[in-house]
Amino acid sequence: MTKNKITSFLFENKVVVLFVFLCIGGTIASGQSMNFVVSELLTRIARNSFLVLALIIPVLAGLGLNFGIVIGAMAAQIAIFFTTHWGFTGVGGFLLTALLSTPLAVFFGYLVGKLFNNMKGAEMIGGLVLGYFTDGLYQLFFLFILGGVIPIDNPKLMISTGVGVKNTIDLKDTIKYSLDTVPMLTIIEFGFYIAVAVMVISAVVKLAKKQEVNWKRTAVSLVGLVVVYALTFLPAVEQFLSSDRLRLLNAVELACFGTLIWQAVKFALCKARKTDWPRNRAIAACIVAVVVYALTYVPAIYNVMVYVQLPVLTYLCIAALCFFNTALMKTRLGQNMRTVGQSRVVANAAGINVDRTRIIAMIFSTVLASWGQLIFLQNVGTFSTYGAHTQVGQFAIASLVVGGASVQKATNKQAIIGVILFHTLFIVAPLAGKELFGNAMIGEYFRVFVSYGVIAMSLAMHAWKKVVKPKLEANAAAGASPAGEAAQ
Amino acid sequence: MRDNVKGVVRQVGLPRIIIGGFFLLLLFTASGFGMDLMQIVSDIIRRWGMYGVLALAMVPAVQCGIGLNFGISMGIVGGLLGGLIVIEWKIAEMPSLVAIHPLFAMWVAILIAIVIGVVLSTGIGWLYGLLLNRVKGSEMTVTTYVGFSIIAFMNIAWTVLPFKSGELIFPNAGEGLRNTISLASSYSGVMNNTFKFSIKLPFGAIEIPTGLLLFFFLMCLLVWLFMRSKTGAAMSAAGANPMFAQASGINVNRMRLIGTTLSTVIAAVGILVYAQGFGFMQLYNGPMMMGFTSVAAVLIGGASATRAKISHVLIGTFLYQGIMALGLPVINLFIPEGNLSEVMRLIISNGIIIYALAQTGGESRD
Amino acid sequence: MDPTRYILKMENIVKEYSGNRVLKGVNLSVHPGEIHALMGENGAGKSTLMNILFGMPVIHGTGGFEGSIEVDGQKVTIDTPLKAMELGIGMVHQEFMLIPGFTVTENIKVGREISHPTLLSRLAGRSMELLDFDMMARDARKALKTIGLKVDENSLVKGMPVGYMQFIEIAREIDKTGIQLLVFDEPTAVLTESEAARLLDAMRTIASQGIAIIFITHRLDEVMEVADSMTILRDGEFVARKEIAGSSVVEIAELMIGRKVEKLVDDTLEDNRIIKEDDLAVRLRNFQVAMPGEAVKGVDLEIRKGEIFGIGGLAGQGKLGIPNGIMGLYPAEGEVQIFGETLNLKRLGEALNHRVAFVSEDRRGVGLLLEESIEQNIVFSAMQVNNKFLKKYGWFRLYDAKQAHDWSEEMVKRLDIRCTGIKQAAGRLSGGNQQKVCLARALTLGPDVLFVSEPTRGIDIGAKKLVLEYLVKLNREEGMTVIIVSSELVELRSISDRIAIISDGKLACILKPDDSDAEYGLAMSGAYKKKGGGEHA
Repeated sequence: MTKNKITSFLFENKVVVLFVFLCIGGTIASGQSMNFVVSELLTRIARNSFLVLALIIPVLAGLGLNFGIVIGAMAAQIAIFFTTHWGFTGVGGFLLTALLSTPLAVFFGYLVGKLFNNMKGAEMIGGLVLGYFTDGLYQLFFLFILGGVIPIDNPKLMISTGVGVKNTIDLKDTIKYSLDTVPMLTIIEFGFYIAVAVMVISAVVKLAKKQEVNWKRTAVSLVGLVVVYALTFLPAVEQFLSSDRLRLLNAVELACFGTLIWQAVKFALCKARKTDWPRNRAIAACIVAVVVYALTYVPAIYNVMVYVQLPVLTYLCIAALCFFNTALMKTRLGQNMRTVGQSRVVANAAGINVDRTRIIAMIFSTVLASWGQLIFLQNVGTFSTYGAHTQVGQFAIASLVVGGASVQKATNKQAIIGVILFHTLFIVAPLAGKELFGNAMIGEYFRVFVSYGVIAMSLAMHAWKKVVKPKLEANAAAGASPAGEAAQ
Repeated sequence: MRDNVKGVVRQVGLPRIIIGGFFLLLLFTASGFGMDLMQIVSDIIRRWGMYGVLALAMVPAVQCGIGLNFGISMGIVGGLLGGLIVIEWKIAEMPSLVAIHPLFAMWVAILIAIVIGVVLSTGIGWLYGLLLNRVKGSEMTVTTYVGFSIIAFMNIAWTVLPFKSGELIFPNAGEGLRNTISLASSYSGVMNNTFKFSIKLPFGAIEIPTGLLLFFFLMCLLVWLFMRSKTGAAMSAAGANPMFAQASGINVNRMRLIGTTLSTVIAAVGILVYAQGFGFMQLYNGPMMMGFTSVAAVLIGGASATRAKISHVLIGTFLYQGIMALGLPVINLFIPEGNLSEVMRLIISNGIIIYALAQTGGESRD
Repeated sequence: MDPTRYILKMENIVKEYSGNRVLKGVNLSVHPGEIHALMGENGAGKSTLMNILFGMPVIHGTGGFEGSIEVDGQKVTIDTPLKAMELGIGMVHQEFMLIPGFTVTENIKVGREISHPTLLSRLAGRSMELLDFDMMARDARKALKTIGLKVDENSLVKGMPVGYMQFIEIAREIDKTGIQLLVFDEPTAVLTESEAARLLDAMRTIASQGIAIIFITHRLDEVMEVADSMTILRDGEFVARKEIAGSSVVEIAELMIGRKVEKLVDDTLEDNRIIKEDDLAVRLRNFQVAMPGEAVKGVDLEIRKGEIFGIGGLAGQGKLGIPNGIMGLYPAEGEVQIFGETLNLKRLGEALNHRVAFVSEDRRGVGLLLEESIEQNIVFSAMQVNNKFLKKYGWFRLYDAKQAHDWSEEMVKRLDIRCTGIKQAAGRLSGGNQQKVCLARALTLGPDVLFVSEPTRGIDIGAKKLVLEYLVKLNREEGMTVIIVSSELVELRSISDRIAIISDGKLACILKPDDSDAEYGLAMSGAYKKKGGGEHA
């Protein structure tokens, strides 16, 4: 019984399992220290996860793997160019760039969605070709229109002739690391203000609409917030929080203790409210937390954990997007998207505006992709004007697919696992190639092959499954179409 | 009158009118600015022959029902291998052959390369066809990525294949084959230079690469004949209406297999024709987007995802390459900086593909 | 039941599709809480009537309709499906409108989810409201309980038996607030017998709660069992509204079929055929075909050499599956003999090689290459099957344009195909001329046995007559065995020697053209089996 379960689990996750082995093998073959691999990997997770997570909504809305996120990336790059040109820096510059790229991305997403509605069933190939097409327009814009039509006087950014933008733009003095290095203290402070603001607005809106306000709950939450905020004024805590990166060790410790405390609180709440307490789950969570914590005392792991530093706000953004993806699917809009994704016919019959829902999904994805590209660029620190976006869709989609997602199904978990596996392979493949064959290029080519091959496989498998179905459906539809009888 | 205009527009197709108009506009601009029009025309003719065979590979693919074959890289890889083997064997430099005539030796070399390419790509194409028979309805998406994958896979192969010739591998202890391989000593320009002559006109001379054009037309003729044979007709029917074909006792899957293989084989020949005209073979990511160029060419010629004719290849390749050849010098007149030709290529070739995809409406293909 | 109150009253409904009248003044009225059967052959206009009731775009995109609709005594205009929904009219579809990957609850509440507001929704609109799964599950449970289906509302629909899906579909309609009228479109067609029985029970339960039901079906026995009253349509005309109590199966069957006094074919041709009972052209033994929607479930049939044999039956009963299966278009099993030779059903083109030709019912889908010329369409099959119209050049065989041209010209003349020339694309021709092209292709094969499926579907009366007369001529003059498969009894009865009626994938009986309407009605509606059935002719 259990044996069967394990086999079927392995079979269902064969792509993931294969890549786990590839990654482990590659890491060993590369002969690199864990310090290097893990720190490199965590950097890449911070850089890329947001882009991969931006792919989930279109998958659920039935648009398949969205090769069109390239266009979102372009929106971000246009915004970056202008904010750099205007000389905005730091996290303020970053936020302004995001603010500027959003309307662009909304507009682009709307257009892409419109176009995709004209090629239902061919969105993926359409998105891919559209990516190349817009790349042409993008180059036209950056090579000729900037400077040629729109006068831009900035010798640092423009080619010496004054027409066209230089190949690379250095972001070192502007927004490099602007998001990564926001101190935790600032984050908590802002979080506090925002939480308070939300509460106030919520109460005001409710009052304005003459609805009941749960004053007791509001008061309790307010007190809680103030206590947490007050804690940051303790010198020790303040000291800890004022650094701009978080050591991995501390992050793990915090997570472990957090889990234990959370379970304890939950236990108390369940007892107080006399609801069911999920015993097995809670105990499992506690055990995992303790074991993970214990593992940090293993010297090899300890060394890695002390060495690696995490960009806190970037990771928070990724977590927020995970939360957003989940929460969205619990809303009316999200449910509509899922319905449209599963069957356009049913959605139509249920009175859902299919085309509009698809366009909204594309807008979401494009906007998220543009933010993702901003996060990526602020971490990389140099903006390759004509190259930064070209592989965005390719790598993000490959990551998602490696994580076990398919054309019709994708989850946050798959996205994160995919990013970890795909980028581990990316880090170790050239090194492993060098160690194994004495040629780093082989590893390099191998990882490119993997990124194409895994997408090709995923697309083929999807098409494969689809072939059997339409035969029956087509005939059922032809036989039963209410108009068929009379219109002939 | 208006209906007449509409009828013409519908018959010729809006994109063809736009692109044809653009072509004429470029032509007039070029002559207006006193550019050497004859040289440009020679260039267009040369490109026409060079790219034509690759575009021709679309005809059997579209007609047998797999749609626009973005995956002709499958065949291109076979052709490149054939080309490499011939250089490795130094066939074009064999004294006995050169003694007859250097050009003869080159012809032998390229024909052997073609034969090897055809054999290899037949096998590849057959397997490729088996795959495509399992993914009916989504061929285009799959072909694109399978095409990319084979290129990426061959990148590994190019670094490890046991070629020895100094012309092929990287000099000074580099590993694997070069990115760009010169064909000067093997079959560079063999078709272009055969029976080449110039038409002298008062305002310049047009160069006619007779051998190249003859070979291109020969390939077109062969495909045309095949389409008129019993199997060819069956294949077109299988592509146009599988149920109809089945009702006439035709094995649709087999016809798709034949069409796919034929397309792959023609692509193998096409890349060698291209390479000899170009003078170099490009390995690694060089042929990655060749499929897109060929697809764009036949679409411009008036083909669709379900119907392609030889005339579409001839017209489409001519217009597409005409614009490419004309565009660069003309645009440089106005905007001397930078290289707009790549930008133009991206916009035109991908724009026409998107237009074609949006025309099918997606849904109807389901 | 209040006999003076009508929940729905459609009066004098007239609908034309590009000049073709498909509804000619139809009335339909239903009391609250009544099960009302809507009956008629295919093409009688049932679907069009329902499309009008639901305000489908296909109606309003083609010029609307005439007549009036009253819901609960109020005159209404229904121009969108949404409007119908608001008026409390629901439909249980024949093909399931369910999402396999959703739970039962999600399927029942699709598009009508219950949600509660959040801060974001207060600012950004209703679409940002959070779903309330508890409330939704409660509603789903209630609806399921009403129709008596015991299933966990949180389980996925994927993998459930077909019968369950039908019930979930019904539950969804029941769950709509203010539902007053439910249309069941052939709900039992896909169900097993026991499932169908449960469904009929559920229908009674629903009706007992005051919801009216329009029950569209071909099965007379079900109507007799469950319905209170019925409306019969025939050829777009209103035939009768009857109470079930006090009418008999035979009476209803006669009303459904009706005989038009219309002579389709002139009997000017001399009939000097000699048909022997034991000289068989086609012999089927336990013949089964997996044609979706037209499955054949084991048919034994003997068709004599030189006769015109009709195969009739209602849509979806499997009559179309017979020729399609023999020609190898769908997987088939059993034994097929052509002039005593057994066909290998696994081999493609086997029937063609035994000089059997087929004119498909699906002209545009199977019968023609729409973008190719008339010439191509006429010669194609013969070229592929018999190697005609090919010229040999060494080992290469090329298309013989001249021969093909001459032959096509001749066929165009012989069949009077109206076209601008043989190079015209087949897709541009009118339905009747397309049919003639299909026929020409089949004849080019030089067949001994010709299957013609729905030869007159969608073509005008003149062409109809010509096609039928030509079939008779082929039979009389060339001795060709013609098997005509049609849903139009009139045409079957006007040219066939014998007519087999297929019901539920099986042979109901073989009738003579001059057998009574009641016999035909009973055979077609499936009630025949219960009377014993058997061979008649």
